[in-house]
Amino acid sequence: MSTDSQKTPKTPMALEFKSSTFSVPVLVVASDDLAVIEQQLQEKTSLAPEFFKNSPVVLDLQEINKRGYDIDIVALTGTIRKAALLPVGIRGGNTQQNKQALELLIPVYSMHSGSVSVENKKQKTIVVPVIETKTDVAVDIDAYATATTLITQPIRSGQRIYAAGDLVILSQVSAGAEIMAEGNIHVYNTLRGRALAGVRGNSDARIFCFDLQAELISIAGNYKISEDLDESVRNKPVQIYLQDQALIIKDIVLPH
Amino acid sequence: MARIIVVTSGKGGVGKTTTSAAIAMGLAKKGHKTAVIDFDVGLRNLDLIMGCERRVVYDFVNVINGEATLNQALIRDKNCNLLYILPASQTRDKDALSQEGVGRILDELKKDFKYIVCDSPAGIEKGAHLAMYFADDAFVVTNPEVSSVRDSDRMLGILASKSYRAEQNLEPIKEYLLLTRYSPERVKLGEMLSVEDVQDILSLHLLGVIPESKSVLNASNSGTPVILDEVSDAGQAYGDIVARYLGENRPHRFIDDKKGFFRKFFGSKQ
Repeated sequence: MSTDSQKTPKTPMALEFKSSTFSVPVLVVASDDLAVIEQQLQEKTSLAPEFFKNSPVVLDLQEINKRGYDIDIVALTGTIRKAALLPVGIRGGNTQQNKQALELLIPVYSMHSGSVSVENKKQKTIVVPVIETKTDVAVDIDAYATATTLITQPIRSGQRIYAAGDLVILSQVSAGAEIMAEGNIHVYNTLRGRALAGVRGNSDARIFCFDLQAELISIAGNYKISEDLDESVRNKPVQIYLQDQALIIKDIVLPH
Repeated sequence: MARIIVVTSGKGGVGKTTTSAAIAMGLAKKGHKTAVIDFDVGLRNLDLIMGCERRVVYDFVNVINGEATLNQALIRDKNCNLLYILPASQTRDKDALSQEGVGRILDELKKDFKYIVCDSPAGIEKGAHLAMYFADDAFVVTNPEVSSVRDSDRMLGILASKSYRAEQNLEPIKEYLLLTRYSPERVKLGEMLSVEDVQDILSLHLLGVIPESKSVLNASNSGTPVILDEVSDAGQAYGDIVARYLGENRPHRFIDDKKGFFRKFFGSKQ
């Protein structure tokens, strides 16, 4: 994270400290098995490779330390980087881990007092202050923002839409297009592309569409490709939700 | 107010240059001063289709680089004195085009011409991007087969998001579908997508269907835009397209099987 440098012609200033806030995903590590971590990371990131590619991430070691596992920060950050994520900080580490992180030039963030519980959530968005000062406290925000994105234009092949909350689309979604939402996805037309709801792990997210012809559907990382879709659910209005880690596709029966 | 029309497709070999030549000629024949620009720098074809390849002195890249004026480079068509051709350079590549340069030339053309037809190269790279960037209207040329339809869909996405109009939040580019090389018999046999299939996938306003026709190849080889071949089905189809684009209401033809074709043809002739 960089600070803005500004040049003004009259009084030349090479740099200036500015306070700014960024939304950065936190990766809660709950295993000390690097192979498992690498595999699960691959699975997660492969769902939205462009979204995750070179994404900054703060590693949360609280869970792992609570369980008494020991993990080598050098090896762990190496594994994270292999998945094309860029570790930009750790938190919840012990003295040894913090020291290792600083040697790797990775900043150490405090587990702030005002935080809400983060247990059992794989990913959680927090606001990390760029310049951490004693008065600047990072504040958790709701990972599943409530804002709704409405789109009336067709989503064409090659276009990608990402919504931080719910996503409502009134036109068709073409084959080769990709729509992603942290919340629910509604397509009031034909869905031919890839639709990924609950991309930050919200397993309550659902997908609704008027005509299911999708290439891929996914909720919180559980996905089905077109080939796995039964003929009985194709070409009709359906809703898709997650039940016991399984994607359920159900007809929407319209009244009358 | 001048209008810039891009003839585009994504996929190659679907009939962009044939279409550009035909509609530019059609618009000029209707009395509108029209320029047609070959954006396929390095693979120049439009001058061949227009039959002016032996009169090329300066080209598009020369004008962009300031080595020639627009008036020096524009070639007046031999069949219609309201039609001008700006040929592409054969010896350069698409990197010779710059957004600033293209914008400058289009602005200059807009002062003098009613319609400016931009013949896009295939693909979605720089040449195709610059051909569509300043467009007001887009003629999306599609063949009735899946890969061409998919590529057109991709191009429509680019038109909707990467054009000047999209970037400036202006009224979006008006998009029209031109279905070329259409063969009703093969549709009947299930070898080709039907008009309905293509429209279902692209959901786009159909400006016209050009039937697969020997006259297109003959016209290309002889260097006369096919629209001038008024007895041919393809020539008539392009005539319809130009008329519809200019606001005339003409029923669609060449969509159904040849059976009854002549009845239809004579029945709808205006």
